[in-house]
Amino acid sequence: MESVYTYIFYVFSFISVYVQIFFLMTFLEKRKHIVHNPEYLDLAFYPTVTIAVPCYNEEGTIEKTVKSLMALDYPKDKIKLFLIDDGSRDNTWDIIKEFDDGSNIFAFKKENGGKHTALNFALDRSTSEFFGCLDSDSLVHPQALKRILKYFEIDPRTMAVAPSIIVYNPKNILQYAQNIEYDMSIYTKKMLGFMGGIHVTPGPFSIFRKKVFDDLGQYHKAHNTEDQEIALRMQEHGYKIDHCPDAYVYTNTPESVPKLYRQRLRWIYGFIKNLIDYRRLLFRKEYGTVALFTLPSGLVSIVGVIFLFVNITGNIIKFIYNKTIEIQTIGFSNILKFNYKFDWFFLNTKAVLFLSIILYILVIVSVMIGRKMAEGKSRLSFSVFYFIIIYSVIAPFWMLRAIYNAIISKESSWTFERRVTK
Amino acid sequence: MHQHEPNDWKKYIIVLFITATIFISGLWVSSYLSNKKIDQLKNIESKISLDLMSSETQFSLLQEQSCRDVSNTILSSELNSLADKISYSESNIGADDTDVVSLKKYYSLLEIKDYLLMKKISERCGEKSIFILYFYKNDNCSDCTKQGYVLTSLREKYPDLRVYSFDYNLDLSAIKTMTSIYKVSDNLPAIVINGKVYSGFKSLEDIEKTFPELESIKIKDEKSSNSKTNVTSNTKNPQ
Repeated sequence: MESVYTYIFYVFSFISVYVQIFFLMTFLEKRKHIVHNPEYLDLAFYPTVTIAVPCYNEEGTIEKTVKSLMALDYPKDKIKLFLIDDGSRDNTWDIIKEFDDGSNIFAFKKENGGKHTALNFALDRSTSEFFGCLDSDSLVHPQALKRILKYFEIDPRTMAVAPSIIVYNPKNILQYAQNIEYDMSIYTKKMLGFMGGIHVTPGPFSIFRKKVFDDLGQYHKAHNTEDQEIALRMQEHGYKIDHCPDAYVYTNTPESVPKLYRQRLRWIYGFIKNLIDYRRLLFRKEYGTVALFTLPSGLVSIVGVIFLFVNITGNIIKFIYNKTIEIQTIGFSNILKFNYKFDWFFLNTKAVLFLSIILYILVIVSVMIGRKMAEGKSRLSFSVFYFIIIYSVIAPFWMLRAIYNAIISKESSWTFERRVTK
Repeated sequence: MHQHEPNDWKKYIIVLFITATIFISGLWVSSYLSNKKIDQLKNIESKISLDLMSSETQFSLLQEQSCRDVSNTILSSELNSLADKISYSESNIGADDTDVVSLKKYYSLLEIKDYLLMKKISERCGEKSIFILYFYKNDNCSDCTKQGYVLTSLREKYPDLRVYSFDYNLDLSAIKTMTSIYKVSDNLPAIVINGKVYSGFKSLEDIEKTFPELESIKIKDEKSSNSKTNVTSNTKNPQ
């Protein structure tokens, strides 16, 4: 039995090392192409842009979100903000209607129908050349829009650009851990951008050419992860998605484990369901990196994390079981005696250990590159340990639950995460 | 219909090559260190074997002389630490590894030799010694694990007690001979104390109740604890 576990471990660690090396090699190959925009940037041409802000019970954060959009460095006559209240049950509407000025900012109220309906509501009313969305729990950097639009200017084939998402004002260990995860994903996302393999255009401030929706249709419900589905639909049709590392969006992240659990349950559930819906792409070379690399490695990482968790939990249970037997047999006398002498002989020299060390080093390297790209410094902090420990303990739970839910098709809703806190 | 960037097959293959190299290096380092450990065990075994032969020779030479000089050897503790290392190797390197199996066989032989020598010494010198032969198996024997804990703790309580453990399923004719001499069935764990077989799990209290003699070596231990250092240095430097 032991050897079966070992071989499964070899397979997963091989794939994980492969994925990390793939990113690293892309980085070494393309690092000169990572554009560092100057603080203030001029575009050759300022196209019209509509930003939709769907909100549901966001009275606490919506004001800051809208104000950050109003502070965007962009000609006011070229940008329109659509604030859409998706049937909130709190004071969201009262707040957003105050912003409605009839020329740049428009507030709408509609029946609750889910985030994708709010976005489509905005799409129906938008005549701009570019369309984007900003989740009502996020803030944008004043230069974000110009930096993103620069990508469209440089390459006319670029159809969507994703921003860099940064944890807004992290306060507790859980948020610091997420900060590391977000920094790391800035790196992986940019690398996927180079390879044409981005599979999510995140809700906070991904900008699209309006043509995408005219050609491919509007947002779908897509198991409450419409931002994954639209990206996959674009990939299926060969529409280029890029990533702009210095277009910063600051997002409020879940501050408690149950909230994080609900958010990730939705993400992973959506990933699995969308993967099933788009399974025709898998391993088909005509769909490029997303089909050969992104989706398969995403799937492997879910299964791998669960496998590792089951394995470690199994070992812990075995250890506790053995200790219990020992105590039952001879009492506590020996447990308390600690006569350990150091002898290198008793150091673990299994290959599994070395491969795990290599893998952790690669993960830490990618965190460092991500931090360098996101915050300009690659210095590591304790957050890396929070990240590794917290995620390896709790991630398996949402992944297992997401798989279970995917099998019985039980959706976790967007609004479920945004319950009225009054 | 837009077109995807062409797939960079060369990169997929180069990355595969690099990953394979890293992977093989990991496996190589692991096997290198395992071999180092095996070598260490081989060295310990040959040293014990040498010590044992020296004790045997010393015993023969001193036939008619006093018993005191050879009555206490330090082999026991060395054998115990070797046992720990072999059992760790079984889980860390592999119980089926041919090197580990042959080290274990050699270790079992050393145990038997030590047992025979110690028995002879105690007979000749009229010492009341207690020897425990312990037969276990590695698979599907939770009682064997428990018995192991009991014997370890017993040995700590009575340092002069000699416990020799044997893997019942180890393919070694000497062990098979022992099991047939003492009529050890495959109802394991089984312990043989001073020639009598007891099958099935025996708790610490059971053993102590069955062998009140244990108390005597405990008392003896306490008495001799002061002079123990002298005895040890004696055997270490037989010259």
